[in-house]
This record gives sequence, structure tokens and C-alpha cells, in this order.
Amino acid sequence: MTGKIAIIGDGDSIMVFKAAGVATFPAESEAKAKETLRKIAKDFQIIFLTEELAKPLSDFLKRFDEQPYPVVLSIPSKNGSTGYGTELLQSAMERALGVDILFNN
Amino acid sequence: MARLNVNPTRMELKKLKARLATATRGHKLLKDKSDEMVRQFSLIIKQNKLLRDEVEKELSETLRQFSVARSVTPAYRAETAFAMPSAVVKAECEVQSVMGVEVPKVSLINEKRSDGLPYAYPEITSEADYSVEKASALLPKMVALAETEKKVRMLADEIERNKRRVNALEYVMIPQLEETIKYIKSKLDENERAAVIRLMKVKSKQ
Repeated sequence: MTGKIAIIGDGDSIMVFKAAGVATFPAESEAKAKETLRKIAKDFQIIFLTEELAKPLSDFLKRFDEQPYPVVLSIPSKNGSTGYGTELLQSAMERALGVDILFNN
Repeated sequence: MARLNVNPTRMELKKLKARLATATRGHKLLKDKSDEMVRQFSLIIKQNKLLRDEVEKELSETLRQFSVARSVTPAYRAETAFAMPSAVVKAECEVQSVMGVEVPKVSLINEKRSDGLPYAYPEITSEADYSVEKASALLPKMVALAETEKKVRMLADEIERNKRRVNALEYVMIPQLEETIKYIKSKLDENERAAVIRLMKVKSKQ
């Protein structure tokens, strides 16, 4: 199956990906991002979402974990990484293993 | 431990023994599955961590560079320049099974852009060209990261679910069955003894 790739974020962060050939959906607020996600979740298999928008929507994003597709990935925006991705990784690890094998803190 | 509410009969005893055998076997199997999933999970999560660090570093750098490059040209001109992408990246999406969990497996379809960048060169500064190129080069990594991260989350969920099942079997189901079997056995033995005594009494009266 051939899948399409989309990116949701604030205008500046995503423009460069538009040139790279990724479908872009600008969203300034989390409400807008949520609405966009809902709309495009069926059409796009891989969706990148900037961390600023992904963080408040973490509960909403959990429902995508039930099925293989779509894959939603949070990426840092132009303001740099907020550490949210690492946080997600850590929580998954703690849930599954109960111990910290990566960060040692 | 509470025992099950059943009649102490031979039929029930037989049924319960069969259930206990199934539960014990299921418990062993699930425990093995859990061990293997944890092993796979720790491999994947290590890989994910490396990939994540790499992508975050490069992406932040690219985006920062791009926003600097873009700020040189007026916003409306930059927007028109980038409005029409000349190529669309596509990904090959498949489903893969890791320990019975259906996880995504994606790979980018490599399509070389024939005419280079999607805008005319005079429209935008050359720094922006670099960032666009960098972003394109970064995409396969981002897609790989998306795949592993989804894998990690789905496996974590499945491990949690599996652990709950193992614990329910180990600490609830199996002790309960054992307790009930013991209870039925002692009840049956007692009935037997009572019957023997009764017979002896009846005989001694004759």
C-alpha cells in the first residue's frame, strides 16, 4: 500500500517540508490541530506534528496507538526540542519494563 | 483466597482439574511471550532513542536555518515561492507482526526530483535551498523514527496488557482453582468416611 505523508504545525516550521514534497496543514492552535488531525487521519498514513501542538493533545493522540496506521510522530518545531518526545519514550519504557534502561536517572 | 462457588461433586472436580491444567499451561505460555516481548522492546527502544536524538538535533538545526533564510525575503514572496511543491513524497506502508502485535512498517519511496527545487532560484535565498535539501535528506530518517516510535508505543501497550493477564492467572485464577479443588476433595473424602461409618453402625446393630 502506498501511503501519504502530512505535517501539521505552525506556518514557519512546516514551510520547508512543503518544498520537500510533504503535504502541509498549518495550525496555530491545538484546537485547529485536533480538527485537522481528525480530518486527515484516514487519508494520510504518516503524520508529523510539532511538539507544541502534540503535547496538549496527548490524550487525543493515544487513540491512534490502537491501530498500525496512521502513524503520528511529534517533531521539534523551529523553536527547538522541548523534550516531549523523550518524555513519551520514557513513559512507554516505564510502563512496559518498570525500569529505566536508557536514561539512568 | 476465596474459593469458587460450586457443588462439591466428582463432576465439578473433574471439570476444575481440566481448567487448572489449561490455566497453568496458558500462564506458562503467556509468561514466555512476555519475556520475549520485553527483550524485543528493549532492542527497539534503544534504537529509537538513538534515532530520536539524531532527528531532533538535525531537524531543529534545519528549521532554525530555514527560518533565518526565509526572514530575508518578504513573507508573501516566500509563501508564493513555496506554495506549489513539484514532487510529492510517498511512503510504502505495510503491516508487520512483532510477537503477534500488528505494527507499521514504512519505507520512503525514492523519487528523484527532475528539476531540482520547486521554485525559481531568484525568488529565494540560497540558504533556503540548503535547508530544503537538508529537510528532504532528513525525511527518510523521520519516517523511520515514526515507525519505530509507533512500534515502541504499541509494544508497550501490549506488554502491559499481557502482564495483566499473566498476573490475573498467577495470583487469582490458579490459586482459586487450587483452593476449590482442595475443598471438593476434602468434602468428597468426608462423605466417603461418613458412608463407611454409617455402614459399620448399621452392621453392628444387626
